[in-house]
Amino acid sequence: MAVTVSIPTILRTHTGGEKTVEASGTTLAEVIDNLDANHGGIKGRLVKEGTLHRFVNIYVNDEDVRFSGGLDAAVSDGDNVTILPAVAGG
Amino acid sequence: MLRIRRDLVDAMVAHARRDHPDEACGVIAGPEGSDRAERFIPMLNAARSPTFYEFDSIDLLKLYREMDANDEVPVVIYHSHTATEAYPSRTDVSYASEPEAHYVLVSTRDPEADELRSFRIVDGEITEEPVDVVPEYDSAAQSLPE
Repeated sequence: MAVTVSIPTILRTHTGGEKTVEASGTTLAEVIDNLDANHGGIKGRLVKEGTLHRFVNIYVNDEDVRFSGGLDAAVSDGDNVTILPAVAGG
Repeated sequence: MLRIRRDLVDAMVAHARRDHPDEACGVIAGPEGSDRAERFIPMLNAARSPTFYEFDSIDLLKLYREMDANDEVPVVIYHSHTATEAYPSRTDVSYASEPEAHYVLVSTRDPEADELRSFRIVDGEITEEPVDVVPEYDSAAQSLPE
């Protein structure tokens, strides 16, 4: 499944400055692995010990994947995957 | 340096006072590449806490989609501290993910005195910057005393 991934500013060092890149996979986990194969190091910024990093939000189309399976979230052809660091603090 | 219009400073402080004792938070968007804070966007603190703030994840998505459609970026990301100084905490630093934003802190610990300071947070390092408050963004504008 070919998807378009939107990359936040802070991760564009891994994509040569590109704001959007293509990736493939049937689950978010596969998409992230595919991204990492083409843009080395990006997986480490998103996944920690097998789960999505607490500080990162990932959406498939309009849904936060936290509510649709996390790394197991299904991804279909033509979907948009958006990565946004959480805006938070104390 | 953060050069910012007086009405935007007043809006951030008013938001912080209104939400006290919870932390207030929001963004001031501006045209990409301009470093000019223009559009005030107060956000809901989904944590509703006196010591923590977080933008709701769907609010965050809508915000970034809207800014993208407008060719805007978050020039200022602001939040308040309700009992401590207007200085970024360790938590603030660990979450800071917009290297080009001005991180503005407002403290509401003193009901009488307004405290507002601005910082860059890049690669885990805090650098305080002066805040130049202006009535308008015309180049002829004089700075207001803070």
